[in-house]
Amino acid sequence: MSVTFNLNGKAVTAQAEADTPLLWVIRDELGMTGTKFGCGMALCGACTVHVNGAAVRSCQTPVSSVAGKRVATVESLSGTRNTHPLQVAWIKHDVPQCGYCQSGQLMSAAALLASNKNPSDADIDAAMSGNICRCGTYPRVRAAIKDAAASMRKA
Amino acid sequence: MNTTAQTSRRDFLKTTAITSGGLLMGVPLLTFGDAQAAGTLHTPSAWVHNADDNTITLLSARSEMGQGVYTSMPMLIAEELNVDIRRVKVAIAAPDAKLYGNALLGGTQLTGGSTSVRDGWENLRVAGAQVREMLISAAAARWNVDRSELKAENGTVLGPNGKKATYGELAEAASKMPLPVKVSIKDPKDFRIVGKRTKRLDTPAKVNGSAEFGIDVKLPGMVYAALEQCPVIGGTVKSVDAARAKSMPGVIEVVQIPDGVAVVADSWWRANQARKALAIVWDEGAGATLNDKAMLEGIRAASKSGRPLPIKAVGDAPAAIAASNRVVRAEYVSQLLSHSPLEPMNFTASYANGKMLLIGPTQWQDGAQGAVAKAIDMKPEDIGVQTTFLGGGFGRRIDLDFIVQAAQISKAIGKPVKLVWSREDDMTHDFYRPQSVHQLAASLGADGKPTAMTFRLTSQSVTGRVFGLPNEVPDDLMMEAAVAPYAIPAIHHDAIKHDAGLRVGYWRSVSHLLNAFANESFVDELAKEAGQDPYQYRMAMLAGQPRFANVLKLAMDKAASRPLPAGHARGIALMEGYDTYMAQVAEVSLDASGAVRVHRVTVAADPGRMVNPDTVEAQIQSSVVFGMGAALMQEITLDKGRVQQTNFHQFPVVRMSEAPAIDIILVESTEKPGGIGEPATAVIVPAIANAVATLTGKRVRKLPITADAIKAA
Repeated sequence: MSVTFNLNGKAVTAQAEADTPLLWVIRDELGMTGTKFGCGMALCGACTVHVNGAAVRSCQTPVSSVAGKRVATVESLSGTRNTHPLQVAWIKHDVPQCGYCQSGQLMSAAALLASNKNPSDADIDAAMSGNICRCGTYPRVRAAIKDAAASMRKA
Repeated sequence: MNTTAQTSRRDFLKTTAITSGGLLMGVPLLTFGDAQAAGTLHTPSAWVHNADDNTITLLSARSEMGQGVYTSMPMLIAEELNVDIRRVKVAIAAPDAKLYGNALLGGTQLTGGSTSVRDGWENLRVAGAQVREMLISAAAARWNVDRSELKAENGTVLGPNGKKATYGELAEAASKMPLPVKVSIKDPKDFRIVGKRTKRLDTPAKVNGSAEFGIDVKLPGMVYAALEQCPVIGGTVKSVDAARAKSMPGVIEVVQIPDGVAVVADSWWRANQARKALAIVWDEGAGATLNDKAMLEGIRAASKSGRPLPIKAVGDAPAAIAASNRVVRAEYVSQLLSHSPLEPMNFTASYANGKMLLIGPTQWQDGAQGAVAKAIDMKPEDIGVQTTFLGGGFGRRIDLDFIVQAAQISKAIGKPVKLVWSREDDMTHDFYRPQSVHQLAASLGADGKPTAMTFRLTSQSVTGRVFGLPNEVPDDLMMEAAVAPYAIPAIHHDAIKHDAGLRVGYWRSVSHLLNAFANESFVDELAKEAGQDPYQYRMAMLAGQPRFANVLKLAMDKAASRPLPAGHARGIALMEGYDTYMAQVAEVSLDASGAVRVHRVTVAADPGRMVNPDTVEAQIQSSVVFGMGAALMQEITLDKGRVQQTNFHQFPVVRMSEAPAIDIILVESTEKPGGIGEPATAVIVPAIANAVATLTGKRVRKLPITADAIKAA
């Protein structure tokens, strides 16, 4: 089938079986590989994107379900300019190690900060515990989210 | 080596030639980030690629899997080359063990064993100094002045009367100078880069999705493969009916290879969907009866019947224990584990005109080249290997199975192909951290201190499996941290190798974890028997071990500076591994379900000289979290030869809400550099075990320490 949706501000049309996960349409058909495959069961969060502003696991999101909706990937934060407050904070704290989960971490964090400008530790736990980091960068993820939130409150 | 057929990838470049020891060779480089500068590349050494537009590319001969070599290796070169580390580009070296072999790992080009900084510490500074001297020689010739009048600073050679030339301007002439055999390198007190907290060079690309992992590789005309392997590792295909799979959308071909049946399609999702329609009859082979409980009983039986290989013996410990009336005995058991890096196994292979190009995440470049050469009867020199970023390694990407599979599929179909495993494939077809059984005994004297101790480890030799080490030869990698540093008058430590039947692999910290869990749990049990405080008990046995005593005191003082809340307990452990000395204090409680919650971990580490202290801290944070999973929640089990855990719901990984606060104290030291990618993984396990025993009064001697295990203890 043919599905049209908005990807990072542009209209795109995908040709795929209706049950194809959004993840594989974004990666293999539309060629944007920032969004990662980790588990295929919404257990790890590496594939996190925003659909109409909400963080979702794209590995469990059929492409047919996003018809007409706004989809945003890590590439939407600022392209490669790294100017989004979360990217600035991630660089300041040197959060990534292997880096594979970080697109998903950033998109979960971006959704959190969009609705909560001053997240507590419990808020961060709740928003981020669906994102596995096998390298264990959690202490830095937490610090960077707080840092980004502070700079967004000032802005 | 002709690997230029696929040069449309933006960040692929082929050097025209590298002069190294008179050898002229084409070497493909993979770089990340911005497109390559347009300048002509000159290559004065295998480590520094200098372009006339002043682009300087420094090579890392080690794979970046999170541990920071993409930054630390160039820092060592840049220290002597005198360039701004923030302005260099980095490339991962192609396979060439003569140039890039790891002397600490037998000369093979392998990333592992926390060796990168230790191996490169001097070599890479010399490499930087050699190129610096070649640039100076080129300037001396150009200006017709003596070399002694010149100095190289910040990418520029400066001469008398304000003469100056950038490295780029000198690049071509410098590349023709002979490689100096003897160069002087800085005294560490003069370091300007090494030892300073330095921002990782790979972070910018890792916060915007542009960093290229193996799974992201694209080649013109590339197709995608999903591979059905026998549910019993080692099983083979008896017959396959692929008719239904071939009729499914997007499917291009179905290919049988030795490890299974690959479906090739125009997207990975379609390949993987069609794979489910394959009807395969398997010969499950010798592994079909394996189960983890029987494997463990086999190991326990071997601990009595097998041939002990000596580790260390002082005095006659067995006799002293036999004669004592105050003896403590304990058996400790470690479980099977998968590596489960977040990026599932994958590799891209492109076979054309008798040449093979392999692109992806590997910890072993020349191993990949050799294994593929053997598997498909090619010459190694016809096989190129480009290393992407690794989405985690932890030892899994030392193995080469998935690379060989990709190569076999590409050869069969004559197209570039990206093979991607599912998470289920990855978890059920790993090379697992082996089980182990430790039997320890000690006699205690009147002062409560051990007068003698015996230690027997029985486990499977990973080195036997990976490198074919003969069974009668001791495996050094089983004996890591097998002897704790305590002053005990008589000791007898040995190891028995037993092949439990499942393929095993190196897993972050390897046997350090197995042995430290046993040794450091046991010393706490001895302290308890003696009625003494575990910290004082250890300290009293560390006279003459100043680095151990120092880290233990630092960690304990820091941890004890905070009040201990009711319902919490602390446990301590220490270890030397990879030349790094470390102590940890874990503070735990039990949650409502009886599961262990780790609140805070205090780590004191003396890793000798450090290249990037921030990376040292990051690796300690990482290892604590990684080891916690092994201590508390992870176990691979087998039934009828099938691994029972298929995804993260059954093999849990520590999550944000479970991650402890981690306090780190780094000891400034002039000792030789130690490895830091692994040791904290081992030390956290007995620290937690000891804290749980103190908290509950119950000693859990088998990992993982789950709520059920504590209740049953």
